[in-house]
Amino acid sequence: MTDEGNFITNIDIPIGEWVSDAVDWIQSNFTGVLDGISEAIKFVVDNFEDGLLAIPPLVLALLIVALAAWRVSWKFGIFALVSMLLIFGMDIWQETISTLALVIGSSALALLIGIPIGIAMARSDIVEAVVRPVLDFMQTMPPFVYLIPAAIFFGLGKVPGAIATLVFAMPPAVRLTNLGIRQVSAEHVEAGLAFGCTRHQLLLKVQLPLALPSIMAGVNQTIMLALSMVVIASMIGAGGLGNTVLTGIQRLNVGLGFEGGLGVVLLAILLDRITQSFGRKRRTG
Amino acid sequence: MPVNGNGDGKDKLVVENLYKIFGPDPDEALRLLEQGLSKDEIFERTRTTVGVQNADFSIRDGEVFVVMGLSGSGKSTLVRLLNRLIEPTRGRVLLDGRDITAMGRKELIHMRREHMSMVFQSFALLPHKTVAENAAFGLDVAGVSRDEQRKRALKALETVGLGQYGDSYPDELSGGMKQRVGLARALATDASILLMDEAFSALDPLIRTEMQDELVRLQQREAHTVVFISHDLDEAIRIGDRIAIMDGGAIVQIGTPEEIVTNPANEYVRSFFYGVDVSKVFTAAEIAEQDVLMVFERPGTNVRAALAQLRDRKRNTAVVIDAAGQYRGMVSQHSLARALDSPGETRWDDAFLKGIEPAPEDMDLSDVLSLVAASEHPVPVLAKGGRYLGIVNKTILLQTLDKAG
Repeated sequence: MTDEGNFITNIDIPIGEWVSDAVDWIQSNFTGVLDGISEAIKFVVDNFEDGLLAIPPLVLALLIVALAAWRVSWKFGIFALVSMLLIFGMDIWQETISTLALVIGSSALALLIGIPIGIAMARSDIVEAVVRPVLDFMQTMPPFVYLIPAAIFFGLGKVPGAIATLVFAMPPAVRLTNLGIRQVSAEHVEAGLAFGCTRHQLLLKVQLPLALPSIMAGVNQTIMLALSMVVIASMIGAGGLGNTVLTGIQRLNVGLGFEGGLGVVLLAILLDRITQSFGRKRRTG
Repeated sequence: MPVNGNGDGKDKLVVENLYKIFGPDPDEALRLLEQGLSKDEIFERTRTTVGVQNADFSIRDGEVFVVMGLSGSGKSTLVRLLNRLIEPTRGRVLLDGRDITAMGRKELIHMRREHMSMVFQSFALLPHKTVAENAAFGLDVAGVSRDEQRKRALKALETVGLGQYGDSYPDELSGGMKQRVGLARALATDASILLMDEAFSALDPLIRTEMQDELVRLQQREAHTVVFISHDLDEAIRIGDRIAIMDGGAIVQIGTPEEIVTNPANEYVRSFFYGVDVSKVFTAAEIAEQDVLMVFERPGTNVRAALAQLRDRKRNTAVVIDAAGQYRGMVSQHSLARALDSPGETRWDDAFLKGIEPAPEDMDLSDVLSLVAASEHPVPVLAKGGRYLGIVNKTILLQTLDKAG
């Protein structure tokens, strides 16, 4: 008995040490690569934010209202108008745009990486078997954990924020692209092949178009996850609305925290409904 | 029976000892098959499914070849082996003498684009493309120019009666119309072989019959070689020049619809006929018999002599034909006697029975039935051009129906 007890208490697998060793090793050996990634992401996110901020707020707000009215409904257009007024009224326009830029920038990168991985998964059972557990890992790991290596590799600010967001938000895009392609009916695939499609043509002309609603659902999910992560990423200085919330917490300022939170909610509803409208079948009856 | 044998009878597709085994151990399954084990026994032992075993037949140029069987009989697998949507385990498929099973990827893709097209049970149209774009799918894939694609797609749509619907979307069409688009897509590539996998099974019965007739008509106009998969014997008989019946992955009988109906190879084949409408199987020419006295219309045989002949043989009616074998009319003892009684020179024309409506040779039995029922005399059957082939009377009809039922 005592031996077994000793065994259990003596057993020591230093996973934590290994991970920090690995992180140190990457940091000291891949400085160039890390800097490259950092610069590229900084370029995308900064330009996006600068671009959005360069547009006069009123014009941009009206554009968003118009988009909401066109893609969703005039009722939703009114909702968008009220949201814009609230955001102006709470004086969080700058923060909202900063968050929006970070969400769109990191989502775009997540999709750019995630959709091709999803396609590869759909076409190969081996790739699927390898990628699936990685996705499970990425999705169940508490999102705060991503902040640590992101901060170590890329310092503080928007870039580590965007990278942590990218990692956290990518899985649904991968999963739903894979699922969408695999759900294309066998007869559609056979029809494609029977008329002489190459593998490439089959993908572009049959599988992707038929998987589009599912892929768009993945895009929507990725954007929503990115929004939630961007708020958390304010802890490593990503800025934006998350920063407002964080300041509210630090100062125990309920009002400020609520304003930041409300801004996130409004932005979430707008992004959700508008991106969903692109996944819906454009033609009815 | 449709008479669409408008090809020259040359072999178009030759299938030689074709096997498809699904599962982990095809070699072992083949070995057991050679030992004569059944499909079920092999599955029991090796967890391997025999899809198609030893298919060996040829399909002639321009014929409609129907492969029939219950679900699980391997007919859908067989048709997919022809264009290699499913890879054969063993055996060869020759198209115009070229071995499809030995083709490399590029050659195979070329063959599918140029020579074989396919129609699917569930239509398999692309919902995001217009009807014309769907019909042009095969051409698009083959890299044909946009203008040419549209031109040929619209022509194919015209052929199936959907010329007006080019810019509609599939979800605006009914099931029957969707399958016409499927057919147009297959026709647009000018492939010489059409593979049709239960193509009409998802349609309601009325539309299905309409599509079957349409296919036969189309087939008569421009001879395609059609391989048609079906589980419906009525359909097979309606459109097939020849029918292959499959059971457990093997082909149990191949023959014309008449051969199969009159001489089924085994109980399985026979079981298909319960409830089949035999009146669609036979045509007038096939049941016509020369069971009636023939009188030749020529100098020397006059009306009086004919009457004497009829009385002599104790027959009531006779068919009158000329020296070239052309049908002239029918006479009875009564009509001959009456013609002789009338004043003046007696001519054959006066002696012919009135109201006799001859049946054309390809008339369905069901239509012959109503002719015979309406007439008190036997009904003569004529070839195209008027040559006399034989007669059908009530006795012959009843015998035919009894035999087939």
